Amino acid sequence: MEMKERIYMISAIVEHKPGVLYSVSNMFRRRGFNIESISVGESEQSELARMTITMKGDEATVEQVVKQLKKLISVVKVSILDSENTVARELALIKVSTPDARVRSDVINYTEIFKGHIVDVAHESLIIEITGDTDKINAFIELMKPFGVREIARTGIAALQRGMRSVKME
Amino acid sequence: MPRMSGAKALIESLKKEKVEFIFGIPGGAILPVYDALYDSDMKHILMRHEQCAAHAADGYARASGKVGVCMSTSGPGATNLVTGIANAYMDSSPIVAITGQVPRPFIGKDAFQETDIVGVTTPITKCNFQVRSAAEIPKIVKAAFYIAYTGRPGPVLIDLPKDTQTEEDEMNFDEKIEFRGYRPTYDPHPLQVEKAVQLLIQAERPIIVAGGGVKASNACSDLVALAETLLAPVATTLMGKGAIPEDHPLSVGMLGMHGTAAANHLVQDADVLLAVGMRFSDRSTGNIKAFCPDGKIIHIDIDSSEIGKNIKPHVPIVADAKRTIQSIHNRLIQKFDRKERSTWLNRMQTLKNMHEEMIKSVGDGIKPPALMVEIRKMLPNDAIVTTEVGQNQMWAALYLKAYKPRTFISSGGLGTMGFGFPAALGAKVACPEVPVVDIAGDGSFLMTEQDLASSIAWKIPVIVVILNNSMLGMVAQWQRLFYNRRYSAVDLKRIPDFVKLAESYGAQGSRVQSIEEFRAAFKEAINSDVATVIDVPISPEENVLPMVPPGNALKDLILS
Repeated sequence: MEMKERIYMISAIVEHKPGVLYSVSNMFRRRGFNIESISVGESEQSELARMTITMKGDEATVEQVVKQLKKLISVVKVSILDSENTVARELALIKVSTPDARVRSDVINYTEIFKGHIVDVAHESLIIEITGDTDKINAFIELMKPFGVREIARTGIAALQRGMRSVKME
Repeated sequence: MPRMSGAKALIESLKKEKVEFIFGIPGGAILPVYDALYDSDMKHILMRHEQCAAHAADGYARASGKVGVCMSTSGPGATNLVTGIANAYMDSSPIVAITGQVPRPFIGKDAFQETDIVGVTTPITKCNFQVRSAAEIPKIVKAAFYIAYTGRPGPVLIDLPKDTQTEEDEMNFDEKIEFRGYRPTYDPHPLQVEKAVQLLIQAERPIIVAGGGVKASNACSDLVALAETLLAPVATTLMGKGAIPEDHPLSVGMLGMHGTAAANHLVQDADVLLAVGMRFSDRSTGNIKAFCPDGKIIHIDIDSSEIGKNIKPHVPIVADAKRTIQSIHNRLIQKFDRKERSTWLNRMQTLKNMHEEMIKSVGDGIKPPALMVEIRKMLPNDAIVTTEVGQNQMWAALYLKAYKPRTFISSGGLGTMGFGFPAALGAKVACPEVPVVDIAGDGSFLMTEQDLASSIAWKIPVIVVILNNSMLGMVAQWQRLFYNRRYSAVDLKRIPDFVKLAESYGAQGSRVQSIEEFRAAFKEAINSDVATVIDVPISPEENVLPMVPPGNALKDLILS
């Protein structure tokens, strides 16, 4: 049986309390699973948080990840998101060097094309806020590299299933 | 709601869980709990090392089927529990470990005897808690016991900052606990049961492999009944030993690296393998790619993460072992009318006879397999045997038959040398009416022998039989077989006189040179009201056989 590696997105509803992120990330570390990104924040229900985990692996590995996540007492619900029916977005803040007016205007133009925002302006740099799927953000960063990217901060993917499907507690 | 301190609330909560014994050692950060214990009639057994407290709680749990409790102070007390907790986790043994912690304002300040024990034990507990206010204590204790005992059992740790022990509050002991993320599946899916039944009906060469989960769910008699209907041999893992009486005609003993010829060959040749409450560990399967190559595998486990972890079954069933075996059996008897399976069972018998041959001793001195048989003969059926880890353990597993569940207690997953003796103490506390024997090696026993003091102080008369080769015997065996006899750091060179050692604690000691002398010493030990250490010199050249060399398929075993 051939096992193909690909990127999987996992949505987990977890108890919103100290130590939960540790137990999840520790489980990944200890069992040798690789996390590409993890994002966590409050969910629609108080006391519960939503984690969105992206990881690379084959089907058997991701199945095992889901089972190991479910085994953690503080993890309430886990689903693999099907990429065709999922909205996945990431936010990045990118600080770009803008030594002169020409560069500055190029960067501003590209930012507009990518529907980003300039959120900080200094004499020799700009901070751009951009959201989108991972490919879009990667493409934008590539575009900025020749200008001199000083710092990047990315949130990792947050994802929800489209329409009435959901990963939530009843 | 009654108002009391957190320490008092802890003791009250433990009483509500019907805890009778705590194995522990006090210290600074747990003093208020020990102060509350002073007024309580709960029995605290003061051990000499926290590792032994955890192992004793584990042995107590395995022998009694109840939750074992151990307790220590913060820092080194807590870290000394870690080996015992890891051991309980690997073998799915329900224990609750209670640790003191520095007061809340000192947490994170690297205070005296502060260790992040919650962080340390996260990967080796089923769940752990740090108490944030005294009022939480009743609820947390209730949750800890529930989680430890239900589903796949395992250890739970409660960390109690010292000021939560002294803090007073209104305590609610009747609060209901709810877990949104913990709901074990007990009932098997009927469709999966049906698939399993279909496979079993068509099987020509079925075998059942029973793991520790069969004992944990009290499914042993159901399993034997199913095996009898099906006319299927039953192999066990080390943890499953005792799930079927080993004098039963269908019992073929343990499978795996040191499995019997019967168990290993039949598992390899089976066309349907019913695995119950076992996890296909590397020690059980040998080379996993070559495991049961032509067989269809039905895997029953209450822990869904075990399904597909090491081997992909044809029929996975996530459920309680007892309920599943019963449903399979109920469905099976409606359709199954086979009355004989002679070719397969004759093969089983031929292989079993080979095993009996291996017990016959040759040469001088006491041979461990023969000694195991002798011990079995002298013990009542409900006597409990614990083991250390290494050659002693494998000889006991192979040649000392278990007739009842919960009478064979061994460190399977973690392989903890030093486990057997404190586990024997815990088992004896749980079952004071039956003889409890630790089959030990000299190397293992020296790791926890200080608790001979506890056995005398608390009148826990267990028997320790030391197979003494002055060697780390199993490591020596590997060096002999796979490292060209380059014995590196296995000769213990200087070991104590175990007779004098025992006597210095107030225990009984004896050294025997023949089976006859052993018989006399062992008889005396069974009737003794203090612990007894019997030193049995054996040859350092002994190998535990059969053995499947690492990386081999189970059928490629060394018999001599």
